[in-house]
Amino acid sequence: MDNAATTRVSEAASETALKIMREDYGNPSSKHIKGFEAEQYIKKSAEIIANTLKCQPKEIIFTSGGTESNNMALCGAALAMKRSGNKIISSCFEHASVYSPLISLKDFDFNVEFAPVDEMGHIKLDGLLNMIDDQTTLVSIMYVNNEVGAVQNIAEISKAVKAKKSDIVFHVDAIQAYGKYRINPKKEGIDLLSVSGHKIHAPKGSGFLYADEKIKLRPLIYGGGQQKNRRSGTENVPAIAGLGEASREAYEDFDQKIVHIYSLKKHFSERIHEVQGTHLNAIPKTINGNSCDLDINATAPHIVSVSFDKIKAEVLLHALEEKGVYVSSGSACSSNHPGISSTLQAIGVKKELLDSTLRFSFSRYTTMDEIDYCIDVLKELVPIYSKYTRK
Amino acid sequence: MKYKAFLIKYAEIGIKGKNRYVFEDALCDRVAEKLAKVADGFEVVREQGRLKVNCPDVYDYDEAIEQMKKVFGVYEICPAYVIEDASWDSLTKGVGEYVGERYGNTPHTFKVEARRSDKSYPITSPQICADMGEYILNNFSEFKVDVHNPEILLYVEIRNYAYVYSDKVKGLGGMPVGANGHAMLLLSGGIDSPVAGYMVSKRGVTIDAVYFHAPPYTSERAKQKVVDLAKLISVYTGPIKLHVVNFTDIQLAIIDKCPRDELTIIMRRYMMRIAEHFAYEKKCQALITGESIGQVASQTPQSLIATNAVCTLPVYRPLIAFDKQDIVDIAEKINTYETSIQPYEDCCTIFVAKHPVTKPYLNIIERSEKKLTGTIEALVEKAINETEIIEVSE
Repeated sequence: MDNAATTRVSEAASETALKIMREDYGNPSSKHIKGFEAEQYIKKSAEIIANTLKCQPKEIIFTSGGTESNNMALCGAALAMKRSGNKIISSCFEHASVYSPLISLKDFDFNVEFAPVDEMGHIKLDGLLNMIDDQTTLVSIMYVNNEVGAVQNIAEISKAVKAKKSDIVFHVDAIQAYGKYRINPKKEGIDLLSVSGHKIHAPKGSGFLYADEKIKLRPLIYGGGQQKNRRSGTENVPAIAGLGEASREAYEDFDQKIVHIYSLKKHFSERIHEVQGTHLNAIPKTINGNSCDLDINATAPHIVSVSFDKIKAEVLLHALEEKGVYVSSGSACSSNHPGISSTLQAIGVKKELLDSTLRFSFSRYTTMDEIDYCIDVLKELVPIYSKYTRK
Repeated sequence: MKYKAFLIKYAEIGIKGKNRYVFEDALCDRVAEKLAKVADGFEVVREQGRLKVNCPDVYDYDEAIEQMKKVFGVYEICPAYVIEDASWDSLTKGVGEYVGERYGNTPHTFKVEARRSDKSYPITSPQICADMGEYILNNFSEFKVDVHNPEILLYVEIRNYAYVYSDKVKGLGGMPVGANGHAMLLLSGGIDSPVAGYMVSKRGVTIDAVYFHAPPYTSERAKQKVVDLAKLISVYTGPIKLHVVNFTDIQLAIIDKCPRDELTIIMRRYMMRIAEHFAYEKKCQALITGESIGQVASQTPQSLIATNAVCTLPVYRPLIAFDKQDIVDIAEKINTYETSIQPYEDCCTIFVAKHPVTKPYLNIIERSEKKLTGTIEALVEKAINETEIIEVSE
């Protein structure tokens, strides 16, 4: 139930990666046949990915994962365009791998502003547009929020942003979206798009940045000039090939996979009301208070955020763990730093529930039985653990 | 320079009369254990009020010093140059070699201190000092004698062989672990308790530990943090048997039956009782806590009466009069601070009342505790029976 934190590597991806580690372990820069073979894996992977995004293979830069992709996009683009302007706009509930590089850019005389979101987790477009001035060079918006699963209408935001200032570079953190949505950067007006491998059943340490061929990026990593000087360092061929396999699988029988994951979320959202004192976050409610009426364009198929009355999230998390159910409090990446989730604050979750919110997230391997088991366990545990609280 | 030997000086254990061998043997063993990590072939022997370490041909000098600096009971470590043949000509030649290699002919003031435990040696100690001084002056033109404030104090000791040394590395002091009984440390994930364990161990006491965890209110990481802390202090204390007690049910029973503002005190009384159970089981003579007067509500003098009352063994509280900063300073020195401040909740803080009692009366606490009669006994027994014992060593 924690697939937004990470996923099991698929068989195809792990077999490919293992074969490369054990047999085809050449350095893609080597001139001999082993190097050539290794290079072919990278090429093939880039082609598969380009195919899923309807872009060119040369627009794919392989990275060590989502964090590096976001850093490369934001620092790389901001620094490359510094002569044209120094203002960057993002939203107020971005992941730390967007937020932190932006804050660090302030040290290099960049002016960073964060646009507000509503309680469904959607960017207030007027607020965003009002922030754009003639110094603005870069806008960064996340496709699917990692904590509550809110989805932005990226095409609409990009269109409005570029209508106001046409030369703005538009970056999208699609780490929770790639593999769950069909993304077409050219049509949606996306110039830079970050993706992480381990969220889509590829190995950890894999990821890529889509960068439109017209976009200039200042490299973050210098060295042997691999990947056309954009990212030096011997390519992580096993991870890259695994990522290619996983991307191919993600978009194979795509609709069927998404319908499955989405039905899990619907079922979970319906049954969660059987558990006392629960509140779904960032999911539009219908009149009778049940929230089975979900819109996939507004809320992601694999993430559900639930707040529990009178229970500390971490206690319930560990109690679930004893039953073999693994979930996150906040996002796993920021759970090491206790502090209140800025996403939950941004969407207006009540103060007393901020520390009582768990994220359940599914993958195509999750079954309906597992959802039922999870709900049953919650029904058993919540009454016990809401009884003992701090006074 | 290649040192073939170290002299290890100890301060306190020299005055222990007939028990002295107990301390010396323990120190020999602890030093030998540490040096075995550096290389094979170190030999640690007792020699007239000090230890002598004979070194193997090949070893890392810095690493050897570092290891010996972690042994309680070591007052000073002196890397020594050994001269096998103590006859005068051989002795002067050897001392000359040592001074040449160690300092070269560079400007220094010096003084020679000689000792002759081989009283049949034909020259007396004062005479050795004078003659050796003269020899050095003749051979090292840049050297000058200064008997009051010498830069180099050159020790020459004569037995059936001789050694010369001038460097002294300070050790930790204290007494060797194993020389002074056995105690059970109540180890939490905080800053204080590892320091308390370190300090008592420094007096030669062997240590085991008890940790109370409360799943699911405390996490696996909180437990690992305590294992890590035990591992860090085991560098000094030697191997620790860490008793991990599941305290959840006891804690919840106390919440159910007793006033919330007395929770922490009553919890601590049960912790002491369980710790004492394991202390007797391990034949310990004491418990150790990291308590310090007034640091938190459960450590006021009145609260300490209440927790102390359940113990029959003495409770060593080495930090009782320490300021927090002084405790932090030691924690930093022994490398536990960084681990201690990792932010995992421990079982003392999860249910703590906003305003816990700070001046509990023992009779009131005892009366509240009576409400647990009939439930708590089985829970305590279960907690004891299901305790996990983790052997921790560096």
